[in-house]
Amino acid sequence: MKKVTSAVFLAGSVLAAASAHADVTVGFSGVMSGPAAVLGQDQHDGFMLAIEQLGGKFGDQKVNVVSEDDQLKPDVGAQIMQKFIERDKVDAIVGLGFSNVLMAELRRVKESGVPALATNAGPAPVAGKLCSKNLFGLAWQNDTMSEAMGQYVQDLGLKSAYLMAPSYQAGKDKLGGFKRYYKGKIVKEVYTPLGQLDYSAEISNLQAAKPDALFVFYPGGLGINFVRQLGQAGLMGHLPFFSEGAIDSNTLVALKTQAAGSIYGATWSPVLDNAQNKKFVKAFQEKYGHTPSEYAANAYDAAYLLDAAVRKVKGNVSDRAAFVAAVKEAGSTFPTVRGKFAFNTNNMPIQNVYAFKAVKEGDQIAVKKLATVFTDHQDAYVSKCDLK
Amino acid sequence: MNSSLFLSQLLNGLQLGVLLFLLSSGLTLIFGIMNFINLAHGSLYMVGAFIGAATYNASGSFLFSVAAAMASAAIVGALIEHLVARPLYRYDHLYQVLATFGLMMFFNELAIVIWGNRPYFVEIPQFIRGAVTIFGAPYPVYRLLIIAIGIVVAFGAWFLIQRTRFGMLTRAGATSSAMVSVLGVNIDLLKKALFMLGAALSGLAGTLAGPILSVQSGMGDPVLILALVVIVVGGIGSIRGALFAAIVIAIIDTLGRAYLPFLLGLVLPPSAANTTGNAVASMLIYILMAFVLAFRPHGIMVSAKR
Repeated sequence: MKKVTSAVFLAGSVLAAASAHADVTVGFSGVMSGPAAVLGQDQHDGFMLAIEQLGGKFGDQKVNVVSEDDQLKPDVGAQIMQKFIERDKVDAIVGLGFSNVLMAELRRVKESGVPALATNAGPAPVAGKLCSKNLFGLAWQNDTMSEAMGQYVQDLGLKSAYLMAPSYQAGKDKLGGFKRYYKGKIVKEVYTPLGQLDYSAEISNLQAAKPDALFVFYPGGLGINFVRQLGQAGLMGHLPFFSEGAIDSNTLVALKTQAAGSIYGATWSPVLDNAQNKKFVKAFQEKYGHTPSEYAANAYDAAYLLDAAVRKVKGNVSDRAAFVAAVKEAGSTFPTVRGKFAFNTNNMPIQNVYAFKAVKEGDQIAVKKLATVFTDHQDAYVSKCDLK
Repeated sequence: MNSSLFLSQLLNGLQLGVLLFLLSSGLTLIFGIMNFINLAHGSLYMVGAFIGAATYNASGSFLFSVAAAMASAAIVGALIEHLVARPLYRYDHLYQVLATFGLMMFFNELAIVIWGNRPYFVEIPQFIRGAVTIFGAPYPVYRLLIIAIGIVVAFGAWFLIQRTRFGMLTRAGATSSAMVSVLGVNIDLLKKALFMLGAALSGLAGTLAGPILSVQSGMGDPVLILALVVIVVGGIGSIRGALFAAIVIAIIDTLGRAYLPFLLGLVLPPSAANTTGNAVASMLIYILMAFVLAFRPHGIMVSAKR
């Protein structure tokens, strides 16, 4: 099942031959098979699209991309890092997979000293104690969107909230993030087994509890199950519904108007109004035939960030420390689809977090921006990181 | 805790039980009569869900999509039987598990190749959308329909197994397939027909679950585990056992999830009750299975001697 795609972008053979520098080699890793493959594929698509737009070059360096499928397995992820570093001798790493995979990759990434951009995960330890100079969170710290939802429900003045999430580390972190900013009454916190498909029992209990607001974290397919069942029970549109993970550009394809009325927290959406985002969304739709997701946006940003950093070091990526410093500096200057971005001292994002709403437009579903919940938001773990 | 909530939770349990029954009846027949472990049974459920959703989106007819889902699952079932199961009937279970586990991965990747790795859109038909008030609380019409279909299928299966010649041979085959063969019955044909019937029921479960669950690659894997628990509890090869076990397991699971945290809250502090309650609730059906295996190793519906 291991899929190795390798793409070499030629920027005109004459030019390449005349170039004195070696090429820039980037290792891309993410989940590209199995049920979660869509997330890795989106990142790959977004990253490759940006490189294509940049003419196959970062600065004036030709880019080689080596892609690997981590199969959502931590041990495979760790092996991929070893391969990237020892055999492919990569100059930068992009992707790095889900939180559990990233944690397994952490040691090798740290030791290598090459800049690594996580476009999918931002687990708390990496933002805090285990932060490292060359590892950058380009997506989000994992709690970010739930914190925004907590603040937003608080801002709306809703008196009580009912919380639900799958019973695993991320589920607990997300509800923790919500509670960090929501000061109202928590009616109940429900953790469902990770593999659970049918939520009818929980939804009946929820109906009986009559809270003012419902907040859930159900990623991907779990979210589709939950939102469908919530709608079928007649709750959608009657109970203010806030979520993270359940609604994104990918699940909207499957939910369409079933999602209408749900509010979700995110750091990016196709409707964000800035020139880079318009360029991205338009080009992505033309090339791949569907709306890009948050994950594609993160990886698209990664390519433009690397481009800016390579320019800063004038193509000399072999000086790892200088390259890493350039990536960090470029974080606040590169053109981002999010409008505004910077790296914090712990190399996690400082970015705006928004509340979006899925609304019906004829037969189709569209996304509307409700509010900028946080401006230049920092994560809660930055003080635990020793980096300056 | 009031009675209307309790009754809707019972309905929830019944509805889950019906889906589990559709899924496990085929599995238990195939296991019981052919002594064949078919881990790809969940893939047939996925085939049903995808074909049902695709044909419904294309045609707009609910009945047609259900028929198409059952037919295609039956055809895929027949292919699996012919190409993979038949050569492996006389081998050890390990070979069957390896082969059908491979099939499971094959079908999951095939679904990605055909339908892409994004979850697939499917909607409940207009005429069975919405909720009705039942026992004083709104309940989705579609779930009531699933319960109704399940009752019809259960009755149909009972009739087929208990009142027809085919059923008689099936029951005989479950007891001793070699003896049935010796008596001059074409056991190969019987096996193929049973395999297809089981596959069709699994496809029916898939297409019914489509609008409730996320239709995507790998959707059959978690339900397969539940189906295996059902056939172990119900007794391998027994349709009646599968029905009984499916309903009991689903109701225990549903009520456990709904009430255990509350009940534990009477004796424990709230936060501890919530965590242990949820944890124990998700273990309940496996605890039940362990008890059944300890005291009635052949399942609750099967006499001790086989």
